[in-house]
Amino acid sequence: MKVSMTVNGRSVSADVEPRTLLVHLLREELMLTGTHVGCETSYCGACTVHVDGKATKSCTMLAVQAEGAEVVTIEGLAQNGELHPVQEGFWERHGLQCGFCTPGMIMAGAALLADNGNPSEDEIRHGIEGNLCRCTGYHNIVRSLEYAAAKMRGETPPPAEWEEASA
Amino acid sequence: MSTTSVMGGVVKRREDPALIRGTGLYVDDVKLPGMLHVGFVRSPYAHARIDSVDTSAAASMEGVVAVYTADDVRHLGPLLAQVPIGKLRPLLADGDVKHSGQAVAMVVATSPGRARDAVDAVDVDYEPLPAIVDLKEAAADGARVHDELDSNIIHTWTYHDYWDALDLEDPRPKIEEAKQRDDVVVVSQEMINQRLIPVAIEPRSVVAQWNDGYQRFTVQSSSQVPHALSGAISKTFGLAANAVRVIAPEVGGGFGAKLNVYADEMLVCFAAQQTGRPVKFTETRRESANSTIQGRGWVGTATLIGTSDGEILGYELHALADMGAYTQNFTVAIPLLGLWVASGQYTFPTSWVVDCVTTHTMTTDAYRGAGRPEAIYYLERIIDMYAREIGMDPIEVREKNYWQSDQFPAVMGCGFALDSGDYHGSTAKLKEVAGYDALRAMQESARAEGRHIGIGMSSYVEVCGFGPAVLEDIGFSWTSYGLPSSFNGSGLVRVNPDGTATVIIGTGPSGQGHETTWAQIVSDGLGLPVEQIVVRHGDTAESPMGIGTFGSRSIAVDGAATYEATARVRARAAKIAAHLLEAAAEDLVFEDGGAHVAGSPDSSVTWTEIAKVAYQAHKGPEGMESGLEESVTFTPPNATWPFGSHLAVVEVDDTTGDVKLLDYFAADDCGNVINPMIVAGQVHGGIAQGVGQALFEDAVYDADGNLLTGSLVDYIIPTAGDLPSFHTARTVTPTDVNPLGVKGIGEAGTIASAQTIVNAVVDALAPLGVKHIDMPLRPKRVWQAIQDAKGA
Amino acid sequence: MYPREFEYMAAASIDEAVSALAANPGAKVMSGGMSLIPLMKLRLLSPEMVIDIGRIPGLDGITDEGDHIAIGALARHADVGSSALVAEHGRALAQAASWTGDVQVRNRGTLAGALAHADLAADTPAAALALGAIMVAQGPGGTREIAAADFFVDTLTSALSPDEVLVEVRLPKRGGQSAYDKLGRRGGHTDYAVAGAAAWVQMDGGEVADCAIALTGVGTKPQLAEGAMEALRGSGSDGAAAAADRALEGVTVLEDLYGSEEYKAHLAKVYVRRAVEQAMAG
Repeated sequence: MKVSMTVNGRSVSADVEPRTLLVHLLREELMLTGTHVGCETSYCGACTVHVDGKATKSCTMLAVQAEGAEVVTIEGLAQNGELHPVQEGFWERHGLQCGFCTPGMIMAGAALLADNGNPSEDEIRHGIEGNLCRCTGYHNIVRSLEYAAAKMRGETPPPAEWEEASA
Repeated sequence: MSTTSVMGGVVKRREDPALIRGTGLYVDDVKLPGMLHVGFVRSPYAHARIDSVDTSAAASMEGVVAVYTADDVRHLGPLLAQVPIGKLRPLLADGDVKHSGQAVAMVVATSPGRARDAVDAVDVDYEPLPAIVDLKEAAADGARVHDELDSNIIHTWTYHDYWDALDLEDPRPKIEEAKQRDDVVVVSQEMINQRLIPVAIEPRSVVAQWNDGYQRFTVQSSSQVPHALSGAISKTFGLAANAVRVIAPEVGGGFGAKLNVYADEMLVCFAAQQTGRPVKFTETRRESANSTIQGRGWVGTATLIGTSDGEILGYELHALADMGAYTQNFTVAIPLLGLWVASGQYTFPTSWVVDCVTTHTMTTDAYRGAGRPEAIYYLERIIDMYAREIGMDPIEVREKNYWQSDQFPAVMGCGFALDSGDYHGSTAKLKEVAGYDALRAMQESARAEGRHIGIGMSSYVEVCGFGPAVLEDIGFSWTSYGLPSSFNGSGLVRVNPDGTATVIIGTGPSGQGHETTWAQIVSDGLGLPVEQIVVRHGDTAESPMGIGTFGSRSIAVDGAATYEATARVRARAAKIAAHLLEAAAEDLVFEDGGAHVAGSPDSSVTWTEIAKVAYQAHKGPEGMESGLEESVTFTPPNATWPFGSHLAVVEVDDTTGDVKLLDYFAADDCGNVINPMIVAGQVHGGIAQGVGQALFEDAVYDADGNLLTGSLVDYIIPTAGDLPSFHTARTVTPTDVNPLGVKGIGEAGTIASAQTIVNAVVDALAPLGVKHIDMPLRPKRVWQAIQDAKGA
Repeated sequence: MYPREFEYMAAASIDEAVSALAANPGAKVMSGGMSLIPLMKLRLLSPEMVIDIGRIPGLDGITDEGDHIAIGALARHADVGSSALVAEHGRALAQAASWTGDVQVRNRGTLAGALAHADLAADTPAAALALGAIMVAQGPGGTREIAAADFFVDTLTSALSPDEVLVEVRLPKRGGQSAYDKLGRRGGHTDYAVAGAAAWVQMDGGEVADCAIALTGVGTKPQLAEGAMEALRGSGSDGAAAAADRALEGVTVLEDLYGSEEYKAHLAKVYVRRAVEQAMAG
């Protein structure tokens, strides 16, 4: 079947089997391998992308369901070479270790902050429940999103814990 | 934030820019022209005879290139294991299956979807047989998983018999004598340390290419041990070591699961050789659960003997450890790691017996901590029970029995010496950061309001930095894979002709940040900014021999090797700089991108200038060799022994049994620290995995050997919403077994945390009479324990 | 991870979906796909055809229709959870929708899809039962209304005929107050319900004039707790305990990985009590 959509601002079309998942279209056909697959039951969130602005698990969507949709993947998040504040936050606050869950986590985090610019720690934690990380214990992911939220509000991010410790 | 290196300073990770943009390359991202895809036919039965395998329908399906069974691969032999005690795994099931999920046939097709379709079309005729799943049943007389073995107990690790050769004192008479005293309290409890599934978020993936002209393999695998995998492939296929190149690119978490060598890695190589095309296998999450190694799986009884005023006189453990059906890499050796830390931070005599038992389940092996979390769990739970029994503060009991800081190196009953330690200082730090007295006061007032708040604490000792050459003498070696027997580490440091540096190390990361930490070591040694240093790893064709990243060993072994290599490069460069500056080499200081004469910063040369001369020997000092590169292999004299204490605060809803983790404090000591940001991150992740074991995770097999928790729907790992932020603190007690004074931190959080949580929950419910609850502390178990206590 | 092959049809209207369903008995209707796609990836379900109603315009509304709130077939959990109308006329449903799955699941999964899936541990069915929701089903012979009480037939089985599509969920405006509470598999409110209860109460001068209580996660299907309802009706504001005592009448408690029969029976009582108390508290 023919399917057309916008991915990271570019119009793309492809011929796919109905059973092709959106994540497979992105990874296998469009070579956007930053979106990962970590499970088959829609639990891990490594495949999270934005579909029409909403965080979506691209492993639980057929490619044909995305006909006409606006899809943004991790590769399309930085604009004009500028990291998105959430990407910056993950780098500044050690929000990643092995990096495998990271693209999905960043996409979920970016969608969360787009909806809620000043989330509490609890809102952040429940807002990324659909994304599993096995490395960080989430501690620094939360710090990364707090950093990004402050940046997006135009505020100075809270100091890193290691900066506080040395102060 | 600083971006130039200072050892012990925070440097933002050098691997992050790629990973946060989605440009990191993991194995499943690899696409090669003509690549084929593998699907495995897996047994739905835990134990069955295979009467026939009919592959004809599958073989004739569109896109299917080949279907292989045991008949095709029998000649390759079983999967090699490092400690080959027990039954080795056939690459494909040969006549029978011994666990559910065991691979019976391999389909090779043009796409993963077609491979999956063909898997369904392979017709296997099974004759189901009774399965042995329960550990005690398996250990009973007469039970057999493998007819050719005399017993399901395939090995027994004992604390003392094993060390006869070392002529150590047998403390068992002391323990027996203590039991006979009439002024002692004896506390004993059977406890389960349940089976876990490692759940790296990246499923394992392998791509193999065979070049028929060169007769060489190139294999990309999500492995923690590329050199070991390379050795296993060369041994299996009868090739020279240099005919197999293994590359581990980005590895999406390992936690021990990727420290194994797998049958699918051999089979994918076989298929590549047979078809002449690149072949890929990526496991599904279900396969990751049922055919990648699992961890833990112990049931045992711990007994503690002590006086009523807190002096512990002896400790005993007798446990059964589940090995699963087949022995893989380390399988049988895992409890030995626990044995080495069995007495924790304490001086008391210890007796330890762990029977390794085979069952009709997936193989167990190293999962984060590997034997040490199990050992520390039993020890620290029983100490807590003892403290409650004698009515003493659990921290005070521990402090009373620790080694004193002037007793190091302290030789334990197992024969190893704890290299260094300050156990009282570490616990004092924990009490300080947690505000222990205030927490106890808070608990008291909460109890008065009817709330069930609990405070739990655990100390731990970890053994890591494998390791010393003595390991080979006690059965730990890599010779099965054709590798050098000892656990060497290595590092190569090269200053390039343009004055930048390339570092190539024998181990690679699966999230631990080697590219940053190693750059800091070299930056510090050369006075070269970290931005000028690239750290390469994980490619056996270019990197010096390294055993792998596991057991919190990389920094203490390969890091130390790199440190030494850096010093040698600096010494060679100093001669060149001295020649250029007409100064004495010993007067030179390396910093700010070059060398200068101490006290005369103007009299300087840059690394670019040094490098230019280094590669043109005739411009350098007389007798100089061209190039500027050193490679060092390092074998430490002892393991390292990090330690610390953790504390958790929980609240339990006694109506539902729901446990909420309110707060968590950690005081760890891993010796010197190179990047505190990375160290804290390792602790956070380790804690989360221990909390996962304590509260959620459970690999459940039913009585027929079906894995009931084969997906992330039922195998529950913690989400962000399940955890609080953690408070981490450190003390610093350097080791002298390596020149960096570092000990390792990868597993500390996991070793410390599970029993910390259980101790806290039991503390919360102690007023209701609850003494012990087996993990995971799901609400149903907590509630049941409360009911049982009420009934008692 | 790779479903079996199937035919895909994007329906342009409900009528088209209904005709396609009639013509293809092996077809499954998909709205958000959050339940269907994982089952297909695991090959636990392999329909010959998937009829996607997800792109039919105008079905995602949540509107005030005078005597009821109409929730379209494509209203997502996130929409239901954040709807002021649902919060006002059926708080239990808003809570249940907010505690369903995770953010991504709530972004795509639909209320109607979850109800039609009829999972025995899902949240929204209990709320739909307690609130007396009406399911509007469309088949070849036109539409019919099915009361929530008649809708959940068995494990993963609803009263929809194989040729029917659930096109709307109606929430009657019958006043009163409601609440949903549960113990999730991870503890707290997270993940599927180990046990959960929804309660709707209408008070009249300190007495319970009318009520409905439903359970999920406990038995073979989401179901009304008739005994508890009988006990609560006519009682005062302290009637929750008496209702809880009769929570299990007519319920066959099922054991699973998350609870023994005894534990689930206990939780059913606990959550009936908590839901009733929270409903009364408003």
